[in-house]
Amino acid sequence: MISIKNLHKSYQMGASSLHVLKGIDFHVEEGELVAIMGSSGSGKSTLLNILGMLDTADEGQYILDNVEIKDLDETKAAKYRNKFLGFVFQSFNLINYKNAAENVSLPLYYQGISRKERQQVALEYLDRVGLKEWATHLPSELSGGQKQRVAIARAMASRPKVLLADEPTGALDTKTSYEVMDLIQKINEEGKTILVVTHEPDIAQMCKRVVTLKDGVIVEDKKVKQVMASAHV
Amino acid sequence: MFNRDRWQEIFQTISKNKLRTFLSGFTVALGIFIFVILFGFGNGLKNTFQEFFLDDATNTLFVFAGRTSKPYKGYKADRRIEFKNDDLSDIKSEFDFYLEDITPRITRSANVKYKNESNNYSTRAVAPAHQAIEKTILMKGRYINQKDIQTQAKVAVIGRLVAIDLFKSEDPIGKYLAFDSSVFKVIGVFQDEGGDNEERNIYIPYTTRQAIEKSNDKVDQIIVTFRPELGHLGALAFEKELRLFLKAKKSIDPTDQNGIFIRNVADDLKRNQQFSNVLQLIVTFVGLGTLIAGIIGISNIMVFVVKERTKELGVRKALGASPKSIIAMILQESVFITLISGYVGMLVGVILLQNIGTTLEDYFIKNPYIDVSTAIFSTFILVAFGTIAGYIPAKRAAQIKPIIALRDD
Repeated sequence: MISIKNLHKSYQMGASSLHVLKGIDFHVEEGELVAIMGSSGSGKSTLLNILGMLDTADEGQYILDNVEIKDLDETKAAKYRNKFLGFVFQSFNLINYKNAAENVSLPLYYQGISRKERQQVALEYLDRVGLKEWATHLPSELSGGQKQRVAIARAMASRPKVLLADEPTGALDTKTSYEVMDLIQKINEEGKTILVVTHEPDIAQMCKRVVTLKDGVIVEDKKVKQVMASAHV
Repeated sequence: MFNRDRWQEIFQTISKNKLRTFLSGFTVALGIFIFVILFGFGNGLKNTFQEFFLDDATNTLFVFAGRTSKPYKGYKADRRIEFKNDDLSDIKSEFDFYLEDITPRITRSANVKYKNESNNYSTRAVAPAHQAIEKTILMKGRYINQKDIQTQAKVAVIGRLVAIDLFKSEDPIGKYLAFDSSVFKVIGVFQDEGGDNEERNIYIPYTTRQAIEKSNDKVDQIIVTFRPELGHLGALAFEKELRLFLKAKKSIDPTDQNGIFIRNVADDLKRNQQFSNVLQLIVTFVGLGTLIAGIIGISNIMVFVVKERTKELGVRKALGASPKSIIAMILQESVFITLISGYVGMLVGVILLQNIGTTLEDYFIKNPYIDVSTAIFSTFILVAFGTIAGYIPAKRAAQIKPIIALRDD
């Protein structure tokens, strides 16, 4: 599903240059649930952003679902993001003046799907994250866990190939974190490929594979015995 | 553009972000409103000005007699020139081609009595043609006619304020006024847009005045009007020929600057029009300034709006919005808001102007107005510049990598 080879990324920090990713080789098969771990500054978020086409690599090859991702202009990137990817952010990034259902239907709007169908799909996905009754509530009326579930519903609504989650539990307490991970595990069980960036070992243990980054290189890549989040809820 | 979904998206954004909508709308509405009001006031000033100076007919020459300053043909210098009745008929026959009308004017001050009331007024002894020249408007009765001139009738046409002063609520027509040891029958009451002083005049036949003054045929002043189609150049030519004719007739040195004076209203008119043009220039300048201020205002708001929405735009981009759709969304929204609020501002301004009418006359602003085309054009300009001003930050926002936009807290 995902294949990257020799990925490099540097950031200009004034006069000096910060080499964040120093040649990453990384493959993900369809249906995997991968945790990308590492301390802050290890490059894990940068990797995810490049995978999500929110950022571009300086060097290296990136193939997503048999499509080589290169020479992206913003229009093309937007199209790919819409077609291939769903995003879940640490800070939820819901649009605060839109209610839950409207937030969920937004990626469908950019797919050019009719209003009626959007509404229907949005309610369907809200139902799947257990928030159907909250469809007409604004983000400000939802708890952190609920917001993240709305964000997951939104990421899923466009039926992406890959779900990218950047510290999805970073702003949540332990109990809510496990609820969110439970949801992510369930979505993965249905066959969706999911990448989760986290620095919390217990969250990483709930994935099927853990990739550890340190100083811009992969230092460890192992399959783990998945801990089911539902056991903790 | 006519995508129903996009409009719905825009209406939602507008209605859910009331403060932002209000701020940008208010800026545009205020800009247009102030522009319309200032421009209208400028036009009101012009109206007042034109009324001040353009009271009399504009195709008029006033001819005065003075004293000569040079000896000529055996006459000494400092000789007093006087017009007589035959000058009138001579001008009439000599300048038939140019002439429209001619009247003498003999001005005397008189203490006028009616019953117990009396007051000093200036009396003007004139011919019937004077009515058109002075743009005298009759409220009641009639003006002096040719028969009055021939019979040296003791009749008077009095100003509106004279009637109020002396007759109070009585109808002055047919009543008798006493002045210059004669009795005059009031045959008409007039008003004049030239103001209060004009309405404190009394008109009598010039032949009557001459009869009172020991049956002479002296005339103070000759007023002639020329055919308007002559234009300014024709007027100047007429003035020159008239001057030469009168100088020859009165034996004045052709190079003498004194003796005969001619005031050409066409010259005044030209000067006044120049002043009027300067006023127009000031009005335009003020209007432009206001428009520019409005444009700067809407530009600032647009920068602020886009800045405020950076994160939202980042989210939209992460969800698959193309830069084009981002720009289109921001622009369509801003054009919509500026059009609606610009129209409202314009409408309020125009309605206010119409209701002002003459209430600000004390401040020299009368019947302020703005051409509909000017108002619409300026609204359009503001909307267009608002759009351009919105396009630049919108384009920049659309080009920011979503990751940077999302980081923006």
